[in-house]
Amino acid sequence: MTDTASGTFNILIVGVGGQGTILASELLAHVALAAGYDVKKSEVHGMSQRGGRVESYVRFGKLIYSPLIPKGEVDFLVGFELAETLRSLEWLSADSKILTDTRAILPYNSQVGEAPYPFDALDRIRQRGYDLRVVEGERLAVQLGEPKAANVVLMGALASLLPVDGDVWKSVIRENMPGKLVSVNLEAFELGYGSGTLTQGHDSSTK
Amino acid sequence: MKSILSGNEAIAQGALDAGVSLASGYPGTPSTEILENISRLGGVRAIWAPNEKIAVELAGGVSYAGHRALAAMKHVGVNVAADPLFTLAYTGVRGGFVIVTADDPALHSSQNEQDNRRYASFTRIPMLEPSNSQEALDFTREAFVLSERFDLPFFLRTTTRISHGKSIVDVSKWDEDAKRPIPGLVKDPGKYVMIPANARVRHRDLEDRVARVAVFSESCSLNRIEMADSALGIITSGASYNYVKDALPNASILKLGLVFPLPADLIREFAGKCGRLIVVEELEPHIEEWVRILGIQVEGKSLIPRFGELDSGIVRRAIEGSGDDFAASGHESESVPVRPPIMCIGCPHRGIFHVLSRKKVFVAGDIGCYTLAVSPPLSAIHTTVCMGAGINQAAGMEAVLPEQHGKVVAVIGDSTFLHSGMGGVLNMAFNRIPATILILDNFTTAMTGRQNHPGSGFDMKGNRTRQVRWETLLSGLGIEHVRIVDAYDLEEIDTALEEEIIRDAPSVIVVRGACMLLKNQPVKREPPYEIHADKCTDCGICLRIGCPAISRKDALPGEKPVIDCNGCTGCSLCFQVCRFEAIEVLK
Ligand code: SF4
Ligand code: SF4
Repeated sequence: MTDTASGTFNILIVGVGGQGTILASELLAHVALAAGYDVKKSEVHGMSQRGGRVESYVRFGKLIYSPLIPKGEVDFLVGFELAETLRSLEWLSADSKILTDTRAILPYNSQVGEAPYPFDALDRIRQRGYDLRVVEGERLAVQLGEPKAANVVLMGALASLLPVDGDVWKSVIRENMPGKLVSVNLEAFELGYGSGTLTQGHDSSTK
Repeated sequence: MKSILSGNEAIAQGALDAGVSLASGYPGTPSTEILENISRLGGVRAIWAPNEKIAVELAGGVSYAGHRALAAMKHVGVNVAADPLFTLAYTGVRGGFVIVTADDPALHSSQNEQDNRRYASFTRIPMLEPSNSQEALDFTREAFVLSERFDLPFFLRTTTRISHGKSIVDVSKWDEDAKRPIPGLVKDPGKYVMIPANARVRHRDLEDRVARVAVFSESCSLNRIEMADSALGIITSGASYNYVKDALPNASILKLGLVFPLPADLIREFAGKCGRLIVVEELEPHIEEWVRILGIQVEGKSLIPRFGELDSGIVRRAIEGSGDDFAASGHESESVPVRPPIMCIGCPHRGIFHVLSRKKVFVAGDIGCYTLAVSPPLSAIHTTVCMGAGINQAAGMEAVLPEQHGKVVAVIGDSTFLHSGMGGVLNMAFNRIPATILILDNFTTAMTGRQNHPGSGFDMKGNRTRQVRWETLLSGLGIEHVRIVDAYDLEEIDTALEEEIIRDAPSVIVVRGACMLLKNQPVKREPPYEIHADKCTDCGICLRIGCPAISRKDALPGEKPVIDCNGCTGCSLCFQVCRFEAIEVLK
């Protein structure tokens, strides 16, 4: 379990439209409510359907006012896409923990070779000395036969770092997911949670 | 009972609790979900109007009939509705009448970031501004009661973070003891007919009513002082209140929930208790100017930016006078390619913009999904100002640049056309301006999440209703040359454009193809295509149409494009543009 200095948890979730970032942040907010915290969340969507960047802020703690996390005050960054994880570094503090999938979704400019895609993102993040944990959410979800559940794998990994019991998560998943998706998402959650986020061999402890 | 609600969901709940009889509006981010939730939750009528002026006038009629009414729109929607609003303040209301303006500081999804608190002081319509979802619920309920009590429409102002932000709300039942008007028609021309003789009287009366609200503002619970350390006093409202609470936990705060009219005595009292006094507000110095008018020394926009949205970091640094935005983290950003949103796979707008980009014409654009064609690879939109503007801009250009005839077109979506494009076409026909207008008919208001409109054939609840007949409508407006083309047939589009754009008369091409995301229309779905690497020369033309289903897998040089057969809708555009017959239906 990790605690933050202020007792407030600031979580930034980023990805590309269609990856389920917003659903993930909804789950997280409901978990916080179920665990008795005050919670605020906000996101930028509207372009989500169209492949743009999507970012969700979730903040929970004893008493939360602002739904926005100021630059430099993110405790956990959860990235569903490599370039979007890298793009978010300016929001982090030196103590931020990063959980990221290795999924790469190339923007048009990269497709036609006008702007190189940062395939070296993990190295660039490591070089800056961050606590980086790689979770192959997409790959694990594909193995489960439900690629869309990658978001819940990542939430599972995040859950293992938060002071809320895994069972709270599971009951929130049962309550908030459509019936036929509950069991696969519970499995996805277990995979993320169990992977401990550290077992992929990519962890860097350079700090 | 506690649940997590967005501000928009909370406003919908508040309106239902207040017994609203009718709610209307035009979809616009970040306001859209208010009406959607009223429609979903309630037994009341929620109506998508063709535009905001119609929505406000409709709701105004409901209020005159003694029922409670709500009109919801985004900030720029209030510009469209401004005409009736100014005069509705004169007439006042019978049933409570609440107009929601959802402003968008930082332009998450808008063409400007106007601060509609200015509309409150300008129209003399009182305005409430909630700071979170709980207040969104409470203030909405309250606004209906106050509207009736003071015989005035009331604004409820949100910003994107309030509308779309979510927080915990106690939705327990509300016991209202206000006296409600008895529904029915009341003939009272002195109040409701604003000929000059009556309006002069009502204007004077309006100022009395506003003055009564100002007295109320001094002691109402919507405004409150939170005294802490008196060295620093902050006056704030709405979303900014949250940033102040996080950034400056020791400061004393005057939180204003009623942001027009503003309380003079309360502000004086607060200022008198505090040392340094600062107004923290997003966008315009609405509160700051009022404080100055009272003769009180105050800081505000000298510290806080007049553009964009705030957060607690910006507020803290502005007030402590420390460093710039990035000082906090000390991390510069990494260079990462931009990721502009693009049209969906199989989008019916892609073909027309591909043709336009090849023709090198000037394209006067408008507001909607198709505005995405401004980004590469299509890069085929050259103006975007406000709903309905494109048609008139093209007509204006044609009028003064006859030598450019054949080089200018306007594009406008079906929903936008029915919102405010019809007048432009009428004008073109009436004044014989030989411009060519493309109506991109995808049967929906796609940008805001696929709301129905009079061209879709379905109402808000999804029930079948009358559907506009475009040919008849356009010919009625005076357009003789109307053509309807298939959005997925590049050759047909090209021929129609070639012929109409040089025509010496006003013309309209309706480019028809249902939005790919619709469930109630026949969308074009065919077997997917594939690229045969042996025939592909890697010329990259298919990538230039910007279909997300086509990619160079790893963007490595020499890697040929591939089609994601799970995404491809079989629209055939890439097949039509490939000159090497490398693209075929997947076998
Ligand atoms: S347009 Fe045809 S030849 Fe050119 S890259 Fe695409 S598939 Fe290959
Ligand atoms: S046919 Fe080509 S352009 Fe159309 S959806 Fe499929 S890949 Fe995209």
